[in-house]
Amino acid sequence: MIYKTKGYRIFTAFNYVFLAFLAFICVLPLIHILAVSLSGSAAASGNMVSLWPVDFTWDAYDKTMGNDNFIRSLLIAIQRTVLGTIISMGLLLCAAYGLSKYDEEFKGRKWYMWFFVFTMLFNGGIVPTYIIVTGLGLGDTIWSLVLPTAINAFNLILLLNFFRTSVPKSLEESAFIDGAGHFTIFLKIYLPISIPAIATVSLFTMVFHWNQWFDGLIYMTNERNYPLQTFLQSIVVKKDLSNVTDAQELKNMSQRTVESAQIFISALPMLVVYPFIQKYFVKGIVLGAEKE
Amino acid sequence: MEVKKKQKWNMRRNWPLHILILPAVIVALFFQYAPMGGLIMAFQDYKPWLGFFQSEWIGFEHFHTIMQTDHARRVILNTLIISVLKLIFGLIVPIAIALLLNEVYHNVFKRTVQTVIYLPYFLSWVILGGILLDLLSPEGGLFNQFIGIFGVEPIFFLGDNTWFVPTVIITDLWKETGFNTIVFLAAITAVNPNLYEAAHIDGANRWKQTLYITLPAMMPIIIVVGTLSLGNILNAGFDQIFNLYNPLVYKTGDIIDTYVYRRALIDGDFSFGTAVGLFKSVISFFLIVLGYRLAYKYANWRIF
Repeated sequence: MIYKTKGYRIFTAFNYVFLAFLAFICVLPLIHILAVSLSGSAAASGNMVSLWPVDFTWDAYDKTMGNDNFIRSLLIAIQRTVLGTIISMGLLLCAAYGLSKYDEEFKGRKWYMWFFVFTMLFNGGIVPTYIIVTGLGLGDTIWSLVLPTAINAFNLILLLNFFRTSVPKSLEESAFIDGAGHFTIFLKIYLPISIPAIATVSLFTMVFHWNQWFDGLIYMTNERNYPLQTFLQSIVVKKDLSNVTDAQELKNMSQRTVESAQIFISALPMLVVYPFIQKYFVKGIVLGAEKE
Repeated sequence: MEVKKKQKWNMRRNWPLHILILPAVIVALFFQYAPMGGLIMAFQDYKPWLGFFQSEWIGFEHFHTIMQTDHARRVILNTLIISVLKLIFGLIVPIAIALLLNEVYHNVFKRTVQTVIYLPYFLSWVILGGILLDLLSPEGGLFNQFIGIFGVEPIFFLGDNTWFVPTVIITDLWKETGFNTIVFLAAITAVNPNLYEAAHIDGANRWKQTLYITLPAMMPIIIVVGTLSLGNILNAGFDQIFNLYNPLVYKTGDIIDTYVYRRALIDGDFSFGTAVGLFKSVISFFLIVLGYRLAYKYANWRIF
């Protein structure tokens, strides 16, 4: 349908300009940070950089990649993301299989369901959680970053809804008649059919773990155990350089160009993957809206 | 006899289901339910060396203290102000942008804008906070340089009680708008094109069509997003505030979660922090349940 009124054409022109401007505003801060990180340190600290590098240099990136603390926290972030996703997905997939059965087939399902859904409605808050996690001796270990957030009831419901809607009941029944048990059906029928859903929820979990910083801050007493986002928080946001003893390193890290390079490197994995995964995030919402 | 046999068979066949669910139950017991039990410390004078079982019981004393502490009341008010403003703008702005995007017939342009405004959603508040601290710096931050062109004196956006809350609202929109826009846009795309055709023939212009076809078609999803955010009324956004605030703006920017964090984990006042947290969790519980019920009643939306 074409609208040829003059008013609508004027509106359309304004609309395009406005939306383009809006999109530009959204990425402008990132372009600025990138430009600063690639500029000479004198130009950067003199506030001469806006959206294009001045005195172009890779210097800040060399310094960042040569910083052992940065690299160590980067590796911890990768470790927590991989381990956290595997553990969380393993636990959720097993549970989702059981919970995807119907109440008449599986006595007790209702109780389990409420058990998990209740965690979406109520929680103990940070203080008791902190006391339990440290009380279990998990402080300063990777497990404090992986286990407390492993069970996400929302992701569990996404998976079980997917199981219910995409695995044909007839396929499962004929497998039962052929003598297959639950474990076989779960591994041989459910998991292969559900690869798209597994990929989607794994992506949610990976993005979550990559961006998570607060647990590192409270559970790690030794800064050497900080994952990347927590490290970045302590250096760039809270500007706590008290644990940096080396004078040269201190000078390097407080440089505006180096701070910007650290921010940009931390954002980079998301910048690279998000155009490919964005549609799954919308799908997650749609999945959640599907009825039983 | 027949029933008994069937039950027995059911039990034998279903034991693997219990085994499969068990690990998740154990993890949830430790990390979700044990902390709920730990909330009893809100009624204790908790001492880490005495633990939950030896610490002295003091009843509702901490709750009286909350009500009598000026700053605690202030913090609750700040939380409500920030979260209600976020809820309102977080609904209106994405709806408006989705409607505008819907008028774009150039698909590449439309998709590019969508993708670009969606970007900040994927970055953590640590990264966005780091960027904003630089951008909004009163000492030559890019934004202050920009408004300087118009002769405006540099403003300390993150250190001034007048500016802190608006800055929080706008930067929250920066991060969240892209996601909600796409959710609303999905609802618009689902509208039957025949409706527009018919309206067009009846002489309705584009604005009238938006008002009487597009918006009503979006109502269910607007209701879902709106009612579900009820549960977040006491969550003013810990990650964001924590990475943007500083003692200068505690008066307007300190919220329940940041206050709990400082009182409990910095000052070591575990019980008081827990009491504030419990206050929040209980009210949030009722709001979340209310949100789910309203979403079900008015939009037929169910989480499970």
